[in-house]
Amino acid sequence: MDKTISERIISEHVGRDVKSGEFVVARVDVVMAQDGTGPLAVQELQKMNMERVFDKENSIIFIDHASPSSRKELSNSQKILREFTKKTGAFLSDIGEGICHQRLVEDWVNPGNIVVGADSHTCTAGALGAFATGMGSTDIALAFALGKVWLKVPETQKFVINGDMPEGVYSKDIILHIIGQIGAGGATYKAMEFEGGTIENLSMSSRFTITNMAIEAGGKTGLIPTDEITRNYLEERGRGDKFREIKSDSDAKFEKVIEIEVNKLEPLVAFPHTVDNVKRISDIEDVKIDQVFIGTCTNGRLEDLEVSASILKGRKRQKDTRLIVVPASKEIFLEAVRRGLIEIFLEAGAAVESPGCGPCVGIHKGVLADGERVLSTQNRNFLGRMGNPKGFIYLGSPATAAATAIEGKIADPRIYL
Amino acid sequence: MINPTISGRAWKFGNDISTDHITPGRYFHLRGNLEELAKHVLEDADPSFASKVKTGDIIVAGKNFGLGSSREHAPRVIKIAGVSCVIAKSFARIFYRNAFNIGLPLLVTNTDEIDEGDILKIYLEKGKIEDETNGKKLNFTPLSPFMRKLIEDGGIEEHVKKYGDFKVE
Repeated sequence: MDKTISERIISEHVGRDVKSGEFVVARVDVVMAQDGTGPLAVQELQKMNMERVFDKENSIIFIDHASPSSRKELSNSQKILREFTKKTGAFLSDIGEGICHQRLVEDWVNPGNIVVGADSHTCTAGALGAFATGMGSTDIALAFALGKVWLKVPETQKFVINGDMPEGVYSKDIILHIIGQIGAGGATYKAMEFEGGTIENLSMSSRFTITNMAIEAGGKTGLIPTDEITRNYLEERGRGDKFREIKSDSDAKFEKVIEIEVNKLEPLVAFPHTVDNVKRISDIEDVKIDQVFIGTCTNGRLEDLEVSASILKGRKRQKDTRLIVVPASKEIFLEAVRRGLIEIFLEAGAAVESPGCGPCVGIHKGVLADGERVLSTQNRNFLGRMGNPKGFIYLGSPATAAATAIEGKIADPRIYL
Repeated sequence: MINPTISGRAWKFGNDISTDHITPGRYFHLRGNLEELAKHVLEDADPSFASKVKTGDIIVAGKNFGLGSSREHAPRVIKIAGVSCVIAKSFARIFYRNAFNIGLPLLVTNTDEIDEGDILKIYLEKGKIEDETNGKKLNFTPLSPFMRKLIEDGGIEEHVKKYGDFKVE
């Protein structure tokens, strides 16, 4: 009984006790690819004459990156995926249904699972106490067919987060703070476990924001122990019976334990072109913003839309600052309509787009012009990420994004709360 | 058998070269055509790289090479462009596994003393890199046995064909 969460879950899927550093072959529970990585996976399966899936219900193809398709080459790639799901019986989550990572936690992932996806932000699902990690197309192709993957059991860094969240500070600010501290390679190859009083008080939605960005520190996965909040989430989603306690053992060995105090945290913004280039809102001088984007697998959930709508209500975007809102899934979109949030966005001057990755991937729905700056709630700001290497991407919370849309420059959300 | 020596010209890059530098998102539509995509390899780090690189050349970079997305297209277009090996101070995890899965070796060492244009000779078996231009000899971090096996087998697909499974031990 001296296991980290990763060692515990991987041991269960290997069938013997494993420790960090070992190379193992592990059974997987949920496998997915999306329209950017799936076509290559399907082609590799065809090449190997292995076009099949190990488990129809838990092999999923998401069409979310170019959704709906913006050009014929992408349409042809998506056709390959739709045909693959017809042929193999894999589940198809087509355009308009939502982003893979959001859909996975809505309908598939349970505590104790191993989830592998051909998308780097697969780590999002780790907030449900699942070992969830991103891989490439060939790994995922083999996982679809064989139901297993090779893994190196990771060492774990533990982040103990305590303190009351100040007003205007959200889980996005916590994870930006951590990445700013440890750097964009600070957790490379490591699993990151997040725990402590602050995490215990966060909703599942806020927790997903934190685990989503584990990869931005290089992490193999981000994990949060399960608790009553996890149980309630699963019960609301009709999977209450799948709840189980997941936590690391008291004598588990961690590569590092880092304590974080959030009492004095303030809203943070990551400046171009790396996620660890983090600045405090009070240190930021006038930075004019041409476009604000609220959405993505990081911050496109209902809670995020509610926070930004509460700030935008009765206000308008600054006239030279475009505002784009993309709910992370159809379910979120529908609920946002029911709660009147979409009306608030539209009246504030937003372009509201159908669920999916939106402009984050750089192919459609808001590609930047040369020299333009965007403040986005997404997870990464690499050069060229949003389709133009001459653009500048700033990352912040949905509240910071809403305040920025109103002022047309990077703005402190606290004055609007 | 693992090719015991690799020899080629060094192309130097800095820290944090992301998969967006290697395969920019604006070429998303070319992912179905890797040969075309390879014409843009590393375009956002060095726009002329694709036209300059020759078969056998070696990419030499700083920390955290390949960070970002899971796109396997990134190591694939590096390989298609003719690059025989990437040497860096460190690699991002998904890029690391993708590269070995497709049979592209990655080596970890302190790259500060290698200059752009240096001719490098890499002895995979001995774990040594010889910079023939400046005469310096470097050791690289030994590859784990499974990574060596992937390179010997020519990638994970050939590995699975050969063993019918993953053979990690």
